[in-house]
Amino acid sequence: MSEKIKELKVSAIENGTVIDHIPSHAVFQVIRILKLDSFDNMVLFATNLESKKYGTKGLIKVSNKYFLPEELNKIALVAPHASIIEIKDFQVSSKKIVETPDHVNGIVRCFNPNCVTNHEQVTTRFTVVEKEDLRLKCHFCEKITRRSNIEFK
Amino acid sequence: MKNKSLVSINDYTKEEQLRVLELAREFEKNPVQTILQDYVVASLFFEPSTRTRLSFESAVNRLGGKVIGFSEASNTSVKKGESLRDTILTIANYSDLIVMRNPVEGSARFASEISPVPIINAGDGANQHPTQTLLDLYSILKTQGTLDNLHVAFVGDLKYGRTVHSLVIALCNFNTTFHLVSPLELKLPSSVKMHIKEKNLNYHQYTDMEEVIPNADVLYMTRIQRERFSDPLEYERIKNSYNLHHDMILNTKDNFRVLHPLPRVTEIDINVDSSPKAYYFEQALNGVYVRQALMSLILGLH
Repeated sequence: MSEKIKELKVSAIENGTVIDHIPSHAVFQVIRILKLDSFDNMVLFATNLESKKYGTKGLIKVSNKYFLPEELNKIALVAPHASIIEIKDFQVSSKKIVETPDHVNGIVRCFNPNCVTNHEQVTTRFTVVEKEDLRLKCHFCEKITRRSNIEFK
Repeated sequence: MKNKSLVSINDYTKEEQLRVLELAREFEKNPVQTILQDYVVASLFFEPSTRTRLSFESAVNRLGGKVIGFSEASNTSVKKGESLRDTILTIANYSDLIVMRNPVEGSARFASEISPVPIINAGDGANQHPTQTLLDLYSILKTQGTLDNLHVAFVGDLKYGRTVHSLVIALCNFNTTFHLVSPLELKLPSSVKMHIKEKNLNYHQYTDMEEVIPNADVLYMTRIQRERFSDPLEYERIKNSYNLHHDMILNTKDNFRVLHPLPRVTEIDINVDSSPKAYYFEQALNGVYVRQALMSLILGLH
């Protein structure tokens, strides 16, 4: 019940996507990753909401927008337990949990300033060696980029 | 192994590594040949490295091949702002094999993926230096008669020393017991220890080198570099605590050998050099045979 009331702290949307269970500190990162700061449709967001599961959480509602799976992959890197709820006519049409991918290509910058990907025009490639406490191993320089160091291209 | 670039030691399986070592033994018996007479090897050293470059070039020359290239980037098109991609694609037109040393990490992997000719990584920054690893393995095999079940002690800068990282990873295939001696601030990184743990091998960490020497088969010494320390006094203190002297190796096993990737500074006193257990200069010579073997396998000549 209380979950329902909290949801209503952010207005419902008619059509679009709700991204729920974002760690509070990652809400602004998700906004940047999905480039919602330059988005023309209505975007609602909240942070530090109470969450039974996680203590606090953030939430974003994007009107009239459904995301591609590769866009959602990017979110998993900072919000590994985010749920993606697609809304049609105020109804939930689908609900899924984002999954941390096994490989990350072209999204993240390698943390190593001396990596070839920061010197040449090369698409970055990482293997996710640790999903929970995120660790990305660079295909080129073999160094690890952690969640706390992550920067998006 | 024909046309198979070597960027990281793990690009080659244990069997392929052993194949290189086996063939290196043949070249050691017969180092002057003409099998490379129709081949051009490009030797691209974007930063100077006397030993590695001369060892490669000597290996090619002794097999009758030709070498083109440069020993530093300052008077090349790189200075004019040419990308590594363009440099590699151009020079691949002029050569059958490219040997590259480049301070940018991952540059060898990148080059191997765009180059039509195979690449041998002769060192990419702090990342990988696989031919050093092969010559280290060859030196261990030659002095110990086996690579299996040895006690290998690593001493010095285990944090930044890429030769240490690659050799530790390679030795994980041979049931090695590792003795890791370093100052606390220069311990072996967890990313390398992970390989030891995956194979359930034993490793022990020390800060004092003297206690590991009596039980070791191989003592692999490395240089501690001044630039790793923000406090110069701390550097002086540590530098002096990892000095190997002749009297320290008197009560070692008969098969005990001291290895060092060189260049050495003060970590091995020159009074060790005359000991039959000092092996670092022979180790450097082994690099020529190993590189002859590697290049002829990659060029499909064996």
